[in-house]
Amino acid sequence: MSARNRELMALLPASLLLTAGFAAIFIQQSEQLSDVSLIYGAVFLGLCVAGHFVIRFTLPDADPYLFPLVSVLACFGLVVIYRIDDTLAREQAQWFVVGLVLFAATIVLLRDFRVLERYRYTIALAGLLLLLLPRVPGIGQQANGAYLGVKLGPVAFQPAEFGKIAIIIFLAAYLRDTRQVLVQGSRRFLGVTFPPLKHLGPLLVVWGAAMFMLVFIRDLGSSLMYFGGFLALLYVATNRLSFVAIGLGMFALGAWFFASTVGHVQLRVDTWLHPFEPGLIDKPGGSYQIAQSLFAQADGGLLGTGLGGSLLRGPTGNTLIPAPDTDLIYAVITNELGLVGACGLLAVFLLVVQRGFKIAELAGDSFSKLLATGLTAVFALQVFVIVGGVTKVIPLTGVTLPFVSYGGSSILANFILLALLLLMSDPARREGGAR
Amino acid sequence: MNVSITRLFVVLLLMFGILVGFTSWWTVFGAEKLRANPENRRILLAEQLIKRGVIRADNGEVLAGSRPLPQERFGRRYPTGPLFAHAVGCTSLDRGRSGLEDFYNDALTGRRTDAIGALDSLLGPSKIGDDLRTTLSSRAQQVATDAIGARPEKAAVVAMELDSGAVKVMAAKPSFDSNAEDCGANLNLATQARFPPGSTMKTVTAAAALDSGRYQPGSRVSGENGKVISGAPLNNFGDESFGDIDLTFALTNSVNTVWAEVGEKLGKETMAEYMTKFGFYADPPMDYPDDQMIPSGVKKERERLVPATSDQVDIGRVAIGQGDLEVTPLQMASVAQTIGNGGVRMQPRLVAKVLDPDGRTIDEPLPEEAERVMSGESAQKLGDMMRNVVKEGTGTAAALEGVSVAGKTGTAEINLQGLNEAWFIGFSGRFAVAVVIDRVQGGTGGTLAAPIAKSVLESLGE
Repeated sequence: MSARNRELMALLPASLLLTAGFAAIFIQQSEQLSDVSLIYGAVFLGLCVAGHFVIRFTLPDADPYLFPLVSVLACFGLVVIYRIDDTLAREQAQWFVVGLVLFAATIVLLRDFRVLERYRYTIALAGLLLLLLPRVPGIGQQANGAYLGVKLGPVAFQPAEFGKIAIIIFLAAYLRDTRQVLVQGSRRFLGVTFPPLKHLGPLLVVWGAAMFMLVFIRDLGSSLMYFGGFLALLYVATNRLSFVAIGLGMFALGAWFFASTVGHVQLRVDTWLHPFEPGLIDKPGGSYQIAQSLFAQADGGLLGTGLGGSLLRGPTGNTLIPAPDTDLIYAVITNELGLVGACGLLAVFLLVVQRGFKIAELAGDSFSKLLATGLTAVFALQVFVIVGGVTKVIPLTGVTLPFVSYGGSSILANFILLALLLLMSDPARREGGAR
Repeated sequence: MNVSITRLFVVLLLMFGILVGFTSWWTVFGAEKLRANPENRRILLAEQLIKRGVIRADNGEVLAGSRPLPQERFGRRYPTGPLFAHAVGCTSLDRGRSGLEDFYNDALTGRRTDAIGALDSLLGPSKIGDDLRTTLSSRAQQVATDAIGARPEKAAVVAMELDSGAVKVMAAKPSFDSNAEDCGANLNLATQARFPPGSTMKTVTAAAALDSGRYQPGSRVSGENGKVISGAPLNNFGDESFGDIDLTFALTNSVNTVWAEVGEKLGKETMAEYMTKFGFYADPPMDYPDDQMIPSGVKKERERLVPATSDQVDIGRVAIGQGDLEVTPLQMASVAQTIGNGGVRMQPRLVAKVLDPDGRTIDEPLPEEAERVMSGESAQKLGDMMRNVVKEGTGTAAALEGVSVAGKTGTAEINLQGLNEAWFIGFSGRFAVAVVIDRVQGGTGGTLAAPIAKSVLESLGE
């Protein structure tokens, strides 16, 4: 079977999953089955097939699994958001349509994606500006102590979601040029290999940017995600573990410094370490979120309460799971689908990551390799940061769960990311012989 | 670069492994602790959506039922109010749960732990819980409550079926109204409070004496007043002095100096052995929350129990229920039940049956033996001695027309002016009973506690 036919076939079970999910919610809500779930399933399948045809006509040899995997993620998101709030789900569905259009546009407009390499500094600048935008008075917005949102008239969006793609494009282009020099010019000092100082400059800028985000944007999660993506790229480009070690050390040092001096970061760490402390749980910006997240997961157990079974609000309308549609959506999924469902979701993410790295391995040129690696790594790290936050592996910070959380910016940015991966996959698989 | 990409993938794989590990911890392995966290109101709120099962007395009288609240939620009502409050307990959003409402919460909310039940719950959480049929007797509980209610002091009564350990009465004063909001704030004097047992402890000493083979009911010991026990002279009740008397006579007339000497001669090891067999020094194996039961034993400063073999223990005085020995009424009821049941201590049971909402029996636990404390022969001899107490000794007020009652009174002087703990423990054909009245001014176990025991045994059909 050709790659495209495999893709088309794989979209069917994804649509059935969505149909079954909606059916389950309708039964839960009204004790009866409605054919609306079939309609939703058909519409979803229609959209997927439309996306499929875009790929079929423009990138015939692209990876056949990525798009169906993303549709499974989207199905998780739509079903769970519908269960939380049906108006939000309708908006989310609209965002998916817009996302698909943007996906198609990216593929068509960036047929020759190597032009990105040429505009690396422009893109880097744009990325940094995007990251700064939330702190611009008048349009910037603060939520839970972090500056992540921007509101321009009626349009609100989260620039960090787009910023991550810009930064990765820049790093991939920059490292493709300098990777040889970084390796050859490096010196050993005290048993550790240090990169040459001359080329270290831009890399220090990235470190500085991460630290800056930690303090200025006040977002530990995003800075972890960016810096992690940067280290992953640095490692793949130079194959020097010592560079990664130095980078990690510097990040840890900076994070420790800010954790002990900046009140906002300090509170985040405290709530992470002692989520059930009575003084912290009721404090504004305290540990209520993480504590409720863990309670919700404990409530889910192995198999979960079933879709619609999670208790989101108390009798007086007080929220039991804050931000259930965005930051804590993983807790809702674990609550309702249990450990089994949560592991299933993580497995789908891992498969996406595996396909992303496969594309990087097959790619013929360094830029594509680095770009595919970087985009995949940052995608995986985003999942780790939010799921790790929700499960108390690391302090909880607000980033979205790609393709699952509610939010237009997240969906649009991740569709661009998907388009870029598929763009690189097409020539790679054609040259390498379809696999 | 492909090698490093693979390595990077492995690192991310491990990171996702951590996520799976943590999720498994919160959802499965560490979930119990999270559910029990006092900040976690999720479980209680969710349970409000479930129609909790009904708790009934042994004759079917409703002790706890559900009442509808707005928004498809359910509240709890306790038609019998304070009467069964300690046993049934309550469930409240703010104060958590207590009593049977706590111990049988899984059943009452319909959470099944067996395989088929778990399969059922996949089809959606159950909305109706299972019912409980308790062993408690409505009539006897009422009689016991009225009897202790007629007195001004605090008091407790526990009655059990001899051969099954089924608890028929668990009454404690003060009680509380489960319907009120301050649920769970009250101590259950029957299981959570310790009193000096006084002479009722002589039954345990007698069991050790007979069953160890060192003494017979006819063995003679001097009952002289003022005998030196552990270096200090010990007096009999009313400073009465006896010559060499046999153990039956010494139990019938509750002669302190005889039993203290027997305890000393048996030694700490033997006394400790029989106390442990009777269930001292351990939470009673009853279907009741652990945090609402305390063990009995020798209590030194604060609430700490020291073993009977400890150097700090004056075993001669412990043998007559003094020397800092403190016991719960439930423990003493267990002692009486053991002797009446031929030496076999049964696990006390509050619930006879668990029934599903359609009335089908899901679980009907068989009576369970806790331990054989002494031989049937020893129990028979001790029973005869105790029957003599009721026939012609200190416990005549417990005598029932046409039924032979065995028993032992206790009047423990506490170190306050003229205040006593008045005790009676005993058994007749089918039931054992323990009664304690706390800090009575003037009056003994024989005059105050024995009549209550009699009326409770009577109400149980003896």
